Amino acid sequence: MAYELSHLRALEAESIHVMREVVATFERPVALFSGGKDSVVMLHLARKAFWPCPIPFPVMHVDTGHNFDEVIEFRDRTVEAVGARLVVASVQESIDAGRVVEDTGPRSSRNRLQTVTLLDALEQNEFDAVFGGARRDEEKARAKERVFSFRDEFGQWDPKNQRPELWSLYNGRVKRGEHIRVFPLSNWTELDIWQYIADEEVELPSIYFAHRREVFRRDGMLLAVTPFITRLDDEEVTEMTVRFRTVGDATCTGAVESGAATLDEVIAEVAATRITERGATRADDRISEAGMEDRKREGYF
Amino acid sequence: MELLRFATAGSVDDGKSTLIGRLLYDSKAIFEDQLESVERTSRQLGHDYTDLALLTDGLRAEREQGITIDVAYRYFATPKRKFIIADTPGHIQYTRNMVTGASTADLALVLIDARKGILEQSRRHAFLASLLRIPHLVLCVNKMDLVDYDQGRFDEIKSEFRDFATKLDVADLTFIPISALHGDNVVDRSANTPWYEGSPLLHHLEEVFIASDRNLIDVRLPVQYVLRPKNDEFHDYRGYAGTVAGGVLKPGDEVVVLPSGFTSTIESIDTLDGPVAEAFPPMAVSVRLADDIDVSRGDMICRPQNQPQVDQEIEALVCWMDERSALRQGSKLWIKHTTSDARAMVRDLHYRLDVNTLHRDEAADMLDLNEIGRVSLRTTQPLFFDDYRRNRTTGSFILVDEATNATAGAGMILSH
Repeated sequence: MAYELSHLRALEAESIHVMREVVATFERPVALFSGGKDSVVMLHLARKAFWPCPIPFPVMHVDTGHNFDEVIEFRDRTVEAVGARLVVASVQESIDAGRVVEDTGPRSSRNRLQTVTLLDALEQNEFDAVFGGARRDEEKARAKERVFSFRDEFGQWDPKNQRPELWSLYNGRVKRGEHIRVFPLSNWTELDIWQYIADEEVELPSIYFAHRREVFRRDGMLLAVTPFITRLDDEEVTEMTVRFRTVGDATCTGAVESGAATLDEVIAEVAATRITERGATRADDRISEAGMEDRKREGYF
Repeated sequence: MELLRFATAGSVDDGKSTLIGRLLYDSKAIFEDQLESVERTSRQLGHDYTDLALLTDGLRAEREQGITIDVAYRYFATPKRKFIIADTPGHIQYTRNMVTGASTADLALVLIDARKGILEQSRRHAFLASLLRIPHLVLCVNKMDLVDYDQGRFDEIKSEFRDFATKLDVADLTFIPISALHGDNVVDRSANTPWYEGSPLLHHLEEVFIASDRNLIDVRLPVQYVLRPKNDEFHDYRGYAGTVAGGVLKPGDEVVVLPSGFTSTIESIDTLDGPVAEAFPPMAVSVRLADDIDVSRGDMICRPQNQPQVDQEIEALVCWMDERSALRQGSKLWIKHTTSDARAMVRDLHYRLDVNTLHRDEAADMLDLNEIGRVSLRTTQPLFFDDYRRNRTTGSFILVDEATNATAGAGMILSH
């Protein structure tokens, strides 16, 4: 068709536009990278946006220390292949430095501690623009997010204080100490991400695909057996064929039973699935009806 | 599969959120856990039905008040198209939100309550859609079930709206009789309206022709970023990266760069995936020129025989968006237009437009939050622009408050 763009190409163009605009108007941008599919796509888009130059900003991983080995290995390999500089912000170091106190008990998780580590790392490195792979379809509170999201000097988000975003004009003016979170994937849905990964043949960590793993059930979720979680006596371990729909802290990211071992099989499953990505597998959003909103106000992504 | 962005406008009572909920639900874009969550909240709020409107009310304050107070973006897709909905409030005090959501929309969906007919807010919404140059307008006459699916009532509303719309710049206007609550003519054709010969809403959204809405005639490439690798492999490479704002660019085309006026030809249009034979809106590309001329961010690449206007005196319609200040003669602000940043001063406020009556108040001496008026601006450097009616990208700008950095105004340029 003459002069028509597919929806993926249109989304890609919009994301590239956003990334270029940030690099052109900010002094010290950084991209968050978790090894998850959204951050992988975002890195791929960054390569496209600046080719043939190298990506003009570092990538940062807020590492809870509770990641799957496969994901860490994938992270290191990917960053090296792309030629980017990796900054690791370690939650363990924040704990050791007394910046945060770790929860104890079988249901403890370092998930909430990431906020402090993230904000400290942003301040130390003086990053003024932070790319994140969040999408608006992920969760109710994200539906209202702008592409350029203003955070005050405490890293806080106030939904009543966002800037109108018109046409493709992004106002990134900030005062010293303030920064912008930028979400180039705002208009992408989960299915768009998967279709793009397939079209572009982007590599993902192996945990996204079906594999055998020892798991146990807790609160309606299937959690992996890892050194980071304390199992209760009545929580039985079984070996199942599972895969993960999202990459996150191993203590709160659930697996789903699935035989989808190839990208096409995963996509077919995602297209047919009846439960949202976050609903099935992220315990951190279940805390309250407005869970994500509360954590965003605190400065979490 | 194409992408269509549409804006929805309606007041609290005329069922807009229910309609969106119904579109998402019937096109199977709602997930089980979202529906369960809404069912649970409906019961907590004391309803004896599942309020689909809750699917689109996200924030805590909204859920408590029962209205939407911001722009929410919803996504769904059918095998034919991917849709982005900019869901905006209907109250006049949220005009700025509607202007925001409407700025990138290809289509505007305006809801009318069949019992109440065309209200002031319906006219206001249609006017804003027309002001923002949304190419397609769909009027959904909702709650047809409450008027017994009466054709006469539908025709009456249609006729009244048509009279009003002749004063607006609306190219494509469609009317659909629906019931968002019961699903009539939303996804499926309704047996209750056998007299209606048009398409159900979703079918219309899938089929409406949007490919020619973009300006494919006037070449406009605002230079966003200069790519200069300076490494061994690409030693002399200089690419001018930007998002095509108009026209079709091809290698070999003769171009002129503004403001310098230097001419050259396009050597290559590059992407990571290789060079492309042509570039058109909204592609994001990198252009190499045959000649070694000075080009930087803020410059505009266009064809010698078809150039934008170049001026520091700008006439525009501005919607004021800042609650902490007002726009007045003498106001100084930052202006952002395509990839240019400059300072601007309001030389004159000619009139304030009443968005309900379209009356022009020439005695007005300021624009407050949500008000729209015609202004003359003087900028510190020339802008390269087109009339907003000709190109929504090169004809638009935002005004930023120098002290607070807030996006204070949205402007649409009226060329001389």
